[in-house]
Amino acid sequence: MASGVFVGLPRRMVTVTIDGVDVQATEGTTILEACRGLSIDTPTLCQLENLTPVNVCRACVVEVEGSRVLVPACSRKVEAGMKVLTDSERVRHSRRMVLEMLASSVDMSLCGPQVRGWMTQYGAQPQRFGPGAATVAQPVKIDNDLYVRDYSRCILCYKCVEACGVDAQNTFAIGVAGRGFDAHIATEFTVALPESACVYCGNCIGVCPTGALMFKSEYDMRQAGTWDESQQTVTETVCPYCGVGCMLELHVQDNSIVKVTSPLDHSVTAGHLCVKGRFGFEFVQSRKRSE
Amino acid sequence: MDIRTTGGPPSAEEIAAVDGFLGAPESLWEGGARVEADDHLAYGGLATRSRRHLLLPVLHAVQDRAGWVSRGALEYACRRLSIPPADAYGVASFYARFALDERPPLAVHVCDDIACKCAGADALCDALEKGFGPAGVPGASGSAAWYRSPCLGLCDRAPAALIERAGKHHAEARVAPAGYMSLSAILGGRWPDSETSMHAQPRKESRLLRRVGVVDPTSIDSYVQAGGYAALRRALELGPDGVIREVTDAKLLGRGGAAFPTGRKWDAVAKAPARPHFMVCNADESEPGTFKDRVLMEGDPFGIVEGMTIAALATGCEQGYLYVRGEYPQARGRIENAIAQARAHGFLGADVAGSGLSFDIEVRRGAGAYICGEETALFNSIEGKRGEPRNKPPFPVAVGLFGKPTLVNNVETLVNVLEILNHGSAEYAKTGTAESAGTRLFCLSGHVRAPGIYEVPMGTTLRALIEMAGGLREGRSLRAVLLGGAAGSFVTESQLDVPLTFEGTRAIGATLGSGAVIVFDDTADLEQVLLRIARFFRDESCGQCVPCRVGTVRQEEALKRILSERNQSLRETDIALLSDIARAMRDASICGLGQTAASAIGSALIQLKIAGVN
Ligand SMILES: Cc1cc2nc3c(=O)[nH]c(=O)nc-3n(C[C@H](O)[C@H](O)[C@H](O)COP(=O)(O)O)c2cc1C
Ligand code: SF4
Ligand code: SF4
Ligand code: SF4
Ligand code: FES
Ligand code: FES
Repeated sequence: MASGVFVGLPRRMVTVTIDGVDVQATEGTTILEACRGLSIDTPTLCQLENLTPVNVCRACVVEVEGSRVLVPACSRKVEAGMKVLTDSERVRHSRRMVLEMLASSVDMSLCGPQVRGWMTQYGAQPQRFGPGAATVAQPVKIDNDLYVRDYSRCILCYKCVEACGVDAQNTFAIGVAGRGFDAHIATEFTVALPESACVYCGNCIGVCPTGALMFKSEYDMRQAGTWDESQQTVTETVCPYCGVGCMLELHVQDNSIVKVTSPLDHSVTAGHLCVKGRFGFEFVQSRKRSE
Repeated sequence: MDIRTTGGPPSAEEIAAVDGFLGAPESLWEGGARVEADDHLAYGGLATRSRRHLLLPVLHAVQDRAGWVSRGALEYACRRLSIPPADAYGVASFYARFALDERPPLAVHVCDDIACKCAGADALCDALEKGFGPAGVPGASGSAAWYRSPCLGLCDRAPAALIERAGKHHAEARVAPAGYMSLSAILGGRWPDSETSMHAQPRKESRLLRRVGVVDPTSIDSYVQAGGYAALRRALELGPDGVIREVTDAKLLGRGGAAFPTGRKWDAVAKAPARPHFMVCNADESEPGTFKDRVLMEGDPFGIVEGMTIAALATGCEQGYLYVRGEYPQARGRIENAIAQARAHGFLGADVAGSGLSFDIEVRRGAGAYICGEETALFNSIEGKRGEPRNKPPFPVAVGLFGKPTLVNNVETLVNVLEILNHGSAEYAKTGTAESAGTRLFCLSGHVRAPGIYEVPMGTTLRALIEMAGGLREGRSLRAVLLGGAAGSFVTESQLDVPLTFEGTRAIGATLGSGAVIVFDDTADLEQVLLRIARFFRDESCGQCVPCRVGTVRQEEALKRILSERNQSLRETDIALLSDIARAMRDASICGLGQTAASAIGSALIQLKIAGVN
């Protein structure tokens, strides 16, 4: 019996006004996408193209006419006639406060230049909460040979949990535990990773924006003071292990692979790998063959 | 899903608790012992995973039996329900009432929240600390411990305590008012003989409270004799459209805090194309100073069941849930009894009152999380997840419980529906004001002579309400009133003539909120009250979004500095900081908790000129 497959109605275009400019956007896309279409820079900390929006950081909030509160640009869909302000005093205030609150409680020193740019742009002064401000500072967790977890750097963006769960890995080795300011990323009863369900795919490392999750190789080099990104090259290749065809980016310093990533926009991986592609590079640099 | 568990095995007692609720496992695949077929056949899968929503009831069963949830017990529950242990741990650790470290079977939860503070809770806690050691640490005997608790919904009998004894014969009881003598006897192992019944005093013109204290709350026959189920019969005559029209014409606004027009909500759910539809009664009542829903559930449980049935039939729901806060054991028992009797009498089930329509109700028990009163957090909690609110839109009427169109109503809202159907919308709307129809239950506590529930027509002034509660004690003067609980705001003597309506309170920048009215006379230590409110929000934030997770902590820190700082200019810097924090919490938080977490403190600093704020 043949039957048609319903693929959904064709997407309509809607007109929205962003900062006074009328733009056409595809129905079902987000305000953030529309902003990016206009080259409006929007701070985002918990959003990533390859993950479901969780809209928790609130760095991307914008003002939408008719809404009592600000709305997250990363998850709110455009609607016909929507009027959006992305740079009002109200928006700037909340963005600044979000950045200040995070930077006052979390070690954000390893966040990329983009985050530092936002800090400057919004005039964030995390020190103004005073020296007694509570932080999430805690010892680094080193419980396996492949990667370390430094939750003093965790902004609780939920990305690692999503990557470990239905958005990529489906292993569910980590989750958000506790609540309020005590909320944190944890395995069950905070057991060490080798005791947990973790399969060391490293997809959580791939999405972590703060350096809280880090290759052990990178961590050791940073500790030794030898980590130097200016001395690193990136070589693109295809993972040699199986036939899927995952693209690897080998980060190489001093002729050694120091970490492995995959591009977020790659059609096969969407940035995600398995333990072999992510960590199985020791053989490449093994000197044993030639000995 | 491959569930990896590496902890020790569960104890026999823990297995009994889990299996007692879920039934015995049929195979290895469900966490049982290996049977021969298991080597050839895998089953469970989606069927097992779809039982995830049973996680909280299972955790309750373990906690009730063992007093805490061990790793072995949690992992056993995970295998039974096919939930990854890290995920289940995230859920269990979200709820304050699940203990994940071993603790004694006897727990005494002592309220140190606002109304109880006014009644000496701090001195009581100090005495307990001297006698039994710090809160949360088992005493010398090792068999009991006491804990500080947020409001227990017994503010009319402050100071209050909830006691609980784990074991095969799990028991819970309330002690209110609690004193050092009574609590130390309990901590010493003497369970109290009986719990005093705590009914509201019905007043002559009562409507919503008409059956409370008058009709036997445990007997459906008494309920029917007193006119019960007449509203359902009327609803069946009117049909869904007619019922929704009546509720709309009555101009009923939701009593859960947001004051949303009930008729509009019902209409949206009724028209929602996706199926099935769900009905949820929000009985999580955890706003400090609020206890009206408890009084209704204890005193008129059949009324709530009837109200839910009418709402469900009007909006096309076949399954309902009543989510009652964990700290209300008696209310839960009464509601469960009412549901069972209604079912036995054909008022619930496959053929409700001979209508051919089907509807049934399941009771779900909260586990110590104020945020689960927020409707979308409540859905997540019923689904067996962390009680984190969802972003809106989509709204519950379109995407709610289990992703389906869902009607959520507060307990008091549903009791109003009975009044509307029994007396007609026109008659109903005669009471109150044009914009705020009907009567409203107010929960009076703090420094009034007769704390309790008072039902008054909307538009009654705050002054008159306080008078009804006996006014202040002899020789005392009014310092402030906290209207709407911790999420509300402070008003002062000069605002006592505000009419208690949605629009009247809005005009003075206040809110009716949950109907909590906490009165403070000149003996109140308002600084301690403000610090308690700040701690409440810090403790109860779900932690999901930055403005609230960090903002509630920064707010508490800044408030502590402001209250102790003597240098005026440093204090002003902190006051400015506090207002910056408040603005971001209000504007950028995901849900109402963060959005209102600064309102009471802000209003106190301004209205009461605390810390020299003008
Ligand atoms: C933090 C928070 C706590 C809430 N707690 C409750 C509650 O305990 N009971 C309740 O009925 N509504 C509570 N609400 C409001 C609900 O989200 C929802 O609006 C209400 O249940 C709808 O019912 P109604 O329309 O009948 O008022 C709370 C809201 C927030 C933001
Ligand atoms: S390495 Fe992979 S399996 Fe392990 S926690 Fe990270 S995402 Fe999960
Ligand atoms: S560890 Fe990294 S990815 Fe995970 S929540 Fe923290 S900051 Fe986000
Ligand atoms: S406002 Fe607070 S309670 Fe609400 S979602 Fe955000 S963190 Fe959770
Ligand atoms: S990027 Fe939108 S809330 Fe985090
Ligand atoms: S019971 Fe203690 S404040 Fe409500």
